[in-house]
Amino acid sequence: MPGSVTVRIDQTGCIGSGQCVLAAPDVFDQSDDDGLGIVLIPEPSADLLPGVRDAVERCPAQVVSLEE
Amino acid sequence: MTEAAVCPVMHERDHPLQPPVGFAEAVSDGPVKMLWPNGVEAWVVSSYAGVRQVLSDPRFSTRKGGHPEMRTDEGEPVVDADQPGNINGIDGEAHMRLRRPLARGFMVKRMNELRPRIQQIVDEHLDVMEAKGAPADLVGSLCLPLPSLVIAELLGVPPEHQELFQATAREMFGKNGSKDEYIAHATKLGEVLSPIVAEKKAAGTNDDMIGLMANDTDFSMQELIFLCIGLLAAGHETTSNFLGLFTLHLFEQPDQLEILRRDPSRADVIVEELMRYTVGQLGGVGITRRATEDVEVDGVLIKAGDWVSVSLLANLDEELCPRAEELDLERDAVSHLGFGFGPHQCLGANLARAELQIGLRSLFTRFPNLRPAVQVTEMSYRNDMITYGAAAIPVVW
Ligand code: HEM
Ligand code: SF4
Repeated sequence: MPGSVTVRIDQTGCIGSGQCVLAAPDVFDQSDDDGLGIVLIPEPSADLLPGVRDAVERCPAQVVSLEE
Repeated sequence: MTEAAVCPVMHERDHPLQPPVGFAEAVSDGPVKMLWPNGVEAWVVSSYAGVRQVLSDPRFSTRKGGHPEMRTDEGEPVVDADQPGNINGIDGEAHMRLRRPLARGFMVKRMNELRPRIQQIVDEHLDVMEAKGAPADLVGSLCLPLPSLVIAELLGVPPEHQELFQATAREMFGKNGSKDEYIAHATKLGEVLSPIVAEKKAAGTNDDMIGLMANDTDFSMQELIFLCIGLLAAGHETTSNFLGLFTLHLFEQPDQLEILRRDPSRADVIVEELMRYTVGQLGGVGITRRATEDVEVDGVLIKAGDWVSVSLLANLDEELCPRAEELDLERDAVSHLGFGFGPHQCLGANLARAELQIGLRSLFTRFPNLRPAVQVTEMSYRNDMITYGAAAIPVVW
């Protein structure tokens, strides 16, 4: 159900590692300006959630969050 | 309370690809205090959750200075605690100031753009290896030159200075590196780098790392030179060792090698699993922090001022994945700690991944019958650096 989950990155702690991009390339990218993580799809569909959960786990700065 | 056990910094191993004898048993029950040969004590943390905690909790500082390092003698650390540009030795905002601008140079996108060039370098080296004929030494033919050439190009430094990078890295990452030798090499490297930096500054270009640092950051010359030295050093020793160790593990486990041979397009997932397993099997203790406050880790109170060394045996913890002690190239990538965790997680991880994926895939596609010319246990291994690997890997095909 669109709208039932929200993905966020708190950029203040982000180190631009790109782990989120590796985990869920459709949902995350890195900004061309500074390399920091950005969310492309803030309310991803259910099929994208496993990748998002993986990104939450892998983010070395622990700044990716998924609110369900 | 309890006597500190002696830390097996010396990497005494029964089998070259397995953890130091008795080490896993000694540390498996939670943080234990171990005595380094230079007389310093440090807690060793080896659980998956504990290692993640130590590496990401800001109450643990990465500032070095008289820390246990990996020294087995009483010598002083090679790099000063206050060395400007020492990205791995500073915390918080000061670390972010150095780390953030570099991250842009190592973005996933940028590393993907490099792949065709990495492939070209790999192909050229495998061509030469084939033309010279078997037996060949894999370390000299591919493992060492590949990361060395790639990092030099990424920085924008002419490759003819390779010898100098390697000599500097040996002292910097050598267990008992000599400070005098290190300073001598680093000074020479500084002389090579200074005019390159000046040239990039004048041209105003940011298409390689030195250009990016010279023109898009507020780094001082001293910081910039030290960062370059660090990148050149970190950029080749580790990747080279791991490409070799991955190959050796595959030689030792032919059923797993078969999985790679069957579907080389899965090289990305396969490299993650090899990374998890290989780092776990090395097990050693190389990443050090110091508590700035009392902190509880895995039920043990670590006091302010105590040193903590994390062991990446954590990669073999069942909490990370089932059957964690087994190499299983069919499993999906898991959140392993091979590149560390927290704000200091490896800056070059995405570069190393690209090199390892392309290197490994091409090696076994090109030489499907590649095999060791002598037993893996008979090869000689290097123990003199904080990174461990085979000195030479004689192969036939
Ligand atoms: C297989 C290859 C590699 C492995 C296993 C590896 C492993 C690691 C680990 C575990 C750390 C964390 C250290 C800590 O927490 O104190 C680290 C940090 C670092 N690595 Fe790597 N590395 C590899 C390749 C590279 C490459 C290719 C580069 C450079 C281009 C590089 C540059 C760095 C730098 C600069 C840091 C320090 C980052 C910081 O403190 O913020 N590494 N590496
Ligand atoms: S994984 Fe975390 S630290 Fe890395 S780019 Fe994504 S949000 Fe930033």
